[in-house]
Amino acid sequence: MESWALQAAATLNAGTVLALAGLGLLINERAGIVNLGAEGIMLMAAFAGFATGVHTGSDLMGFLAGGAMGAVLAATLGYLVIWLNANQYATGLALSLFGSGFSAFAGIKYTQEKLGPRPHFEIPGLSKIPFLGTALFKQHPMVYLAIALAVVIAWFLYRSRSGLVLRAIGENPESAHALGYPVRRIRLAAVVTGGALCGLAGAYLSVIYTPLWVEGMVSGKGWIALALTTFATWRPGRILLGAYLFGGVTMLQFHLQGQGVQIPSQFLTMLPYLATIAVLVLISRNPAWIRANMPASLGKAFFPEG
Amino acid sequence: MTELRLELNGISKQYPAVKANDGVNLRVTPGQIHAVLGENGAGKSTLMKIIYGAVRPDEGEIRWNGKPVKIRNPHEARALGISMVFQHFSLFDTLTAAENVWLGLDRSIPLARVIQRIREVAEEFGLDVDPLRPVHTLSVGERQRVEIVRALLAKPQLLILDEPTSVLTPQAVEKLFITLNQLSQQGCSILYISHKLNEIRTLCHHCTVLRGGKVTGEVDPTQETNASLSRLMIGAEPPELKHREAHLGEVALAVKGLKLPKQDPYGTSLSGISLEVRAGEILGIAGVSGNGQNELMAALSGEDRRSPEGSIELFGQDISHDGPDPRRKRGLHFVPEERLGRGAVPMLSLAQNTLLTRHESVSRTGWIHKSEVLKLAESLIQRFNVAAPGPHAPAKSLSGGNLQKFIVGREVDAAPRVLILSQPTWGVDVGAAATIRAELLELRDAGCALLVVSEELDELFEISDRLVVIAQGQMSPSIPAHETTVEQIGEWMSGLWPREAAHVQA
Amino acid sequence: MFKLEARPQPSRLMSCASPLIALAITVLIGVCLFIWLGKDPVKGLEIFFVEPLKNAQAISELAVKAVPLLLIALGLAVCVRANVWNIGAEGQYLLGAVAASWVAMQAGPGTGRWIVVAILLAGVIGGAIWSGIVAFLKDRFNANEILVSLMLVYVGQQLLDFLVYGPWKDPDGYNFPQTITFLSVTKIPRLMVGYRANIGVIIAIVAVAALWVFLFRTYRGFQLQVGGMAPAAARYAGFSSRSALWIGLLISGGMAGLAGALEVAGPMGQLTPYLSVGYGFAAIIVAFVGRLHPVGIVFSSLLMSLFYIGGELAQSRLGLPKAMTSVFQGLLLFTLLGCDTLILNRLRWIGVGKPKHSEEA
Repeated sequence: MESWALQAAATLNAGTVLALAGLGLLINERAGIVNLGAEGIMLMAAFAGFATGVHTGSDLMGFLAGGAMGAVLAATLGYLVIWLNANQYATGLALSLFGSGFSAFAGIKYTQEKLGPRPHFEIPGLSKIPFLGTALFKQHPMVYLAIALAVVIAWFLYRSRSGLVLRAIGENPESAHALGYPVRRIRLAAVVTGGALCGLAGAYLSVIYTPLWVEGMVSGKGWIALALTTFATWRPGRILLGAYLFGGVTMLQFHLQGQGVQIPSQFLTMLPYLATIAVLVLISRNPAWIRANMPASLGKAFFPEG
Repeated sequence: MTELRLELNGISKQYPAVKANDGVNLRVTPGQIHAVLGENGAGKSTLMKIIYGAVRPDEGEIRWNGKPVKIRNPHEARALGISMVFQHFSLFDTLTAAENVWLGLDRSIPLARVIQRIREVAEEFGLDVDPLRPVHTLSVGERQRVEIVRALLAKPQLLILDEPTSVLTPQAVEKLFITLNQLSQQGCSILYISHKLNEIRTLCHHCTVLRGGKVTGEVDPTQETNASLSRLMIGAEPPELKHREAHLGEVALAVKGLKLPKQDPYGTSLSGISLEVRAGEILGIAGVSGNGQNELMAALSGEDRRSPEGSIELFGQDISHDGPDPRRKRGLHFVPEERLGRGAVPMLSLAQNTLLTRHESVSRTGWIHKSEVLKLAESLIQRFNVAAPGPHAPAKSLSGGNLQKFIVGREVDAAPRVLILSQPTWGVDVGAAATIRAELLELRDAGCALLVVSEELDELFEISDRLVVIAQGQMSPSIPAHETTVEQIGEWMSGLWPREAAHVQA
Repeated sequence: MFKLEARPQPSRLMSCASPLIALAITVLIGVCLFIWLGKDPVKGLEIFFVEPLKNAQAISELAVKAVPLLLIALGLAVCVRANVWNIGAEGQYLLGAVAASWVAMQAGPGTGRWIVVAILLAGVIGGAIWSGIVAFLKDRFNANEILVSLMLVYVGQQLLDFLVYGPWKDPDGYNFPQTITFLSVTKIPRLMVGYRANIGVIIAIVAVAALWVFLFRTYRGFQLQVGGMAPAAARYAGFSSRSALWIGLLISGGMAGLAGALEVAGPMGQLTPYLSVGYGFAAIIVAFVGRLHPVGIVFSSLLMSLFYIGGELAQSRLGLPKAMTSVFQGLLLFTLLGCDTLILNRLRWIGVGKPKHSEEA
């Protein structure tokens, strides 16, 4: 029983990285911008967060550094695709390639470093509940923050006027421009916010989840987060659900390995990637459904006249 | 002299390729319905965008109620009391009518209040709008009402309407005019952008004519004739078309009870469409856009191959599952509505664009003979009088009219036995439109069967032998063009054709 | 203050100049990086741009690295021109190598030189199967090819690991995760004795010519590119988007697999888990820097090869991390995409202090 509770707790923890990044990418895509640089942003932020954590001894500073790194990189991408009209896919790829290269380059000094003793959190009272306490209430605050964030983003998108403007721009930037909305600035704001969240996800990975710095440590989580937005049909609640689902798959592989199941470890390591493919196949089968949910301007350039 | 509501002095705007506005002056008095007349590319839309703050002029002065103003963006325009209804609506399909209206209002008022205000304004002006319906479920006419309500909610002193009637039935146009007159009586000035002479003469008090970015005349339209207005607009009399007696041949294209569920969630399903086109005639399809025209065109061209077996026949042979290329091989050619991106690839040269539908220069092994491709493009440019630097010019560098002449020419030159055209002169200048229409009539006289979809009733009446109407994915029976009137076709466009006659073969 | 405005026509000059400007900016940033790291920038530039060219041996090494980049990038260029985003060439490269290795391991004492052909063919098939999965899932289920092809990179690496740690492990290899050393009969023939450059160079040159012909002289190639530039026009013309998808992915997968076979049966001589050095990803940059044009890609693959060798030299001579190579690669693509704006737009001086016109408020 207790082992299942620990399993559930680990799932939440693993899912948080994907949830933060997925929510960030959701904001990007709601504004019509695909950010294929997520993987690179997360790597850079994981490095920046870890290095800051090592030097300052503060996890919070690490998170801030990761978020800031994500915001700056995303701003670069945003400038290129929104103002200079560069191809969104190519620019995102460039960012991913640059991010993985630069983080490996700059992070080489930190591969031997360690952060101070990792903090332990529990919610007084609730954490004493049998099973549920271990499963749900002994998590890092960031786990709860991710859930809160999903709620806030859902409220923002569907209940606030600014969220309506964001959705409108993602659907039809030309019309939004005609009505006088500063389409490019709002898109940039969305891209920067999304980048900051991806950065936070990267920092959480290296500062809390792992916690260490290894070259290429994001190992595809940025890409999986991108797949999550499709899986979730661009809805915040479903992002959360998908993130925990993938967190569960990741945990399953460790669990199976721990149980001594006779499957070569390489096949277990493949699981999250195969699961991503499976999910994409299942969700994309009906193109009409995707089209009805997808922000209509996604991936397309917008260049105002005048 | 009454104080002017809006005064433009010497407005100029230079784009990289063209001078869209060149020293334009415009004076609008309160309550005036002021027409801005000009053909496509005359600079009307640019001028309106300047007034609405969406585009900034290079030179010139704008005075609003006597005071000089700088309108830097649409928010500022709306704050002054200027509202605009766009030609291609600035609506968001997935949002409700109320949310769309809300997005066009500047003051932060709660959505519930917006819904209430929409109902009030709709009541006052007889504009039937359901605020809670998503826009993609609305008809084109309803969408325009949403746009107008949005504009009116800002309590404008000046309302700009850009080609508002191009998507309406004649009856809906009459209703619109009642609303506009009501507004005018309340003191709201109206700028009415159009190239339709009849409408301007019935509705407007004053008319400023633009040609090539310059003002060529300021007249009282009620005192003018269509011919005199047309002279101001295009600098010449509208060219006359030669009509010859039709020599009907065999049935070339037959559609039999075509049913096709929509592919796109925002599209229209075709329910039981039947029609026949004979060699040597032009059949015109009228209808408000968005009633299934695109879906029907895709089914006829072969871009959509889902048509049920036996529903489309070309010279008696079933082609319902054939793709565009096999259909072309059997003599069916198609000119789509979108020139750039469908009829032609924008970044490719005219020569390369011939390869989309013409395979004469491709060998059996799939080898492209470049010199022959160039020769074909050159001959098309000459024969159809396309103003282009040469066959190497990219398609997107041509003006709309010239590119359309090239595309129509490419299909006409292939000597089709059936030619289908969608909006053949949409957004094309008057000269090019006349050339294209003359070309189509010549093709008809040579024994080709033509099917033309157009939103411009005038055009359909001008060239068609018979007319049918498409509404909500259904098709009316056909009627000879000289036996019907604009009013009757207009009624049919709302789907009100005599149903008992519907079983008669179109 | 400058204003960016659309050119009436794309600039041919800028289309060629843009990669050069991007390279200049990248080099400039590189110089700053050297100074910041306390290294002599002149020495740094020398290591990246002079050392790899100093003699025949060095040029042979340049070719060894340029060939796989060139082959993969050629395939990717076809893909991108068809607007199919295959970013999993690395996985196709690995699978090509795996398939080629399997054939190479079948060689026995009596095997003839023909086996080299079989090895190369196996590489092509292995890569094409891996990219064929992407095509199938996109065609049949509309699954996003970017994500699927990338996921398959990870899957491919794990598959390779499984083989070399498991069934294919050399029994006499002191438990190292690697296959047996392939028999010399399987070795890709070298161009000259004493140099590592092999007939891959010739294959690559032939591939450049073949793809140039395919793209610019055949109707199939034309159809594929129309599908990439204007899908609606392709539908109107009746060009099949499905066949463009399959052709693009199979060509690029096959080319990547061929590169993998050349590598594993060439310089490596056995299959190890360290086969992946990022050629598949670097080739994306090569393809873009080469303007997606077969001839342009020849130059850009040589340039990227310089970066690879320079990175290795910088590691051994200056003690800099090898990852410097990927930093430069990423920077180059980044600056290129920025400079490419000038192909479709031009900068116009609009005087000091005047507000930007193209801006929304």
